[in-house]
Amino acid sequence: MNVCSQTLILCARVLRNLSRQPIWIAVMIVQPMFWLLLYSQLFRRITDLPGFGTVSYIDYLTPGVAIMTAFFSGSWAGMGMIEDLDRGVLERFLATPASRAAIVFGRILEAAIIATLQALLILLVGILLGATNGGIVGWLVILVAAFLTAAGFAGLSHGIALRTRQEASMIAVAQFISLPLLFFSSLLIARTLIPGWMQSLSLLNPVEWAVRAGRGEAIPGTGWDEMGVFLLLLGGFLVLTTMFATRSFRSYQRTL
Amino acid sequence: MDAIVVDGLEKTYGRGVKALDGIRFSVPEGEVFGLLGPNGAGKSTTVRILATLTHADAGSATVASHDVAREAGAVRRAIGYVPQASGVDREATGHENLILQGRLQGMRGSDLERRSADLLETFGLSDKAKALVKTYSGGMKRRLDVAMGLVHRPRVLFLDEPTTGLDPEARAAMWEELEALAGAEQLTILLTTHYLEEADRLARRVAIVAQGRVVVEGTPEALKRELRGDSVTVELDGADTDRAAALVRGLGGVHEVTKDGRRLHLRVDQGAQAVPVILAALDGAGAVVNAVTVSRPSLDDVYLHHTGRDFASDDGSVRA
Repeated sequence: MNVCSQTLILCARVLRNLSRQPIWIAVMIVQPMFWLLLYSQLFRRITDLPGFGTVSYIDYLTPGVAIMTAFFSGSWAGMGMIEDLDRGVLERFLATPASRAAIVFGRILEAAIIATLQALLILLVGILLGATNGGIVGWLVILVAAFLTAAGFAGLSHGIALRTRQEASMIAVAQFISLPLLFFSSLLIARTLIPGWMQSLSLLNPVEWAVRAGRGEAIPGTGWDEMGVFLLLLGGFLVLTTMFATRSFRSYQRTL
Repeated sequence: MDAIVVDGLEKTYGRGVKALDGIRFSVPEGEVFGLLGPNGAGKSTTVRILATLTHADAGSATVASHDVAREAGAVRRAIGYVPQASGVDREATGHENLILQGRLQGMRGSDLERRSADLLETFGLSDKAKALVKTYSGGMKRRLDVAMGLVHRPRVLFLDEPTTGLDPEARAAMWEELEALAGAEQLTILLTTHYLEEADRLARRVAIVAQGRVVVEGTPEALKRELRGDSVTVELDGADTDRAAALVRGLGGVHEVTKDGRRLHLRVDQGAQAVPVILAALDGAGAVVNAVTVSRPSLDDVYLHHTGRDFASDDGSVRA
């Protein structure tokens, strides 16, 4: 059995376990919609500010909330790894011929699938609220960006989980990095309204890459080349964090 | 043909804790072998090295003729590993746990379904096959653990403390399952335990492990036979055990005296005859005796005899 099919069965295992938690499902569905409705009311007149151009705020917000949700899903994914670790599930997997990489990939894929489903839901609600986001192509780009964002940050999160191996430390690290990354991006506000130095720094931020890619179709004048570059950057980020998680897995094994 | 060969394994954890100090033993194919020792003796570390979960600093080991360090993949296919800390997925059903374990071992389709149904039947879990493991009792969970270790028909099964934490009833049930298992399949079992009676009952041979080394090895009967006569334990009220020990050491028929806190462990030819003599001697010297017990030699005494320490006080954990 190869790495791919092992990844799929390990991912199916966690998705199946989650599907048995009705409260978890309810929150996963309601929360992004809540963000969308809340922000769209709270910031309704924000597009009157200079810098938004002709875009409606719902067009602006829909990709933003999809990316934000994916970012959170990814950042907290490591909690599942710690649970497996504490319960000895990981050790049992390690005593089987299953590929070590598949154990990590399965978990990363889990976060990506959840985030993509959430993004789809957000998109549907956004469209109902009047978002267009450049039609089908724009929608697909949002879904791809959400997938890559969740997977990339899940890699980071699992790596941190495997290195800290403690819930409290994992929570502290995730909180420490998530809010700055959120605010050093144009997720909720037009880029031109952000101070120049923050704009420059935000170009190093994967959340910003995802937002820019996902929003591309909605912002007049954005070309495929720019969106493509951001998607590629996100892909690179995913490769890096996956390597980090796999390495962390090896360092975890050395502690056994 | 030896299914397990452990040759001089050494392992030191960070902070200089030496877990294994040249442990050495071998297990012929089809045998149930017990590693017996208190917590911290190095039993689990040994099993984890054999299950390819961690590496030894020195020494070598083979499982099913594969080197554990160089041929980890082949070892993993040949072994079933039942870790001390369970490792079942509590949010999944018993059936789902078995199927996942089988698939990770490369099984599939109707063969896997049949095997999993058979194991659920064998371990008395058929009724709860579709129930989430978190609804299982401790004993059921542990039986599922063992079933998962067996799903791919391994040649060697590692059972790390299979009954620790179970109530006496569940432990007795587990012992019956394991006895049946040892008889039925042509399976080599390495069992670690800190319950002397468990090793006595299940293992054909045992190795007593203390501080990362095998202290003595043999069948439980042979180990006990080595110790002549009965064992007498005297619990003294006063603190002057040195004087009392010197006193009883000189008595006829007393072979061996070991001190352990306020207790004296004695080996005597005939318990019934020795006790009045011992009590009279202690009484004459003014020592107050709280309790005296006489017993046939047990693995407890074997441990004491070879390590000079009492098993229970070395173990440090609460014993059921």
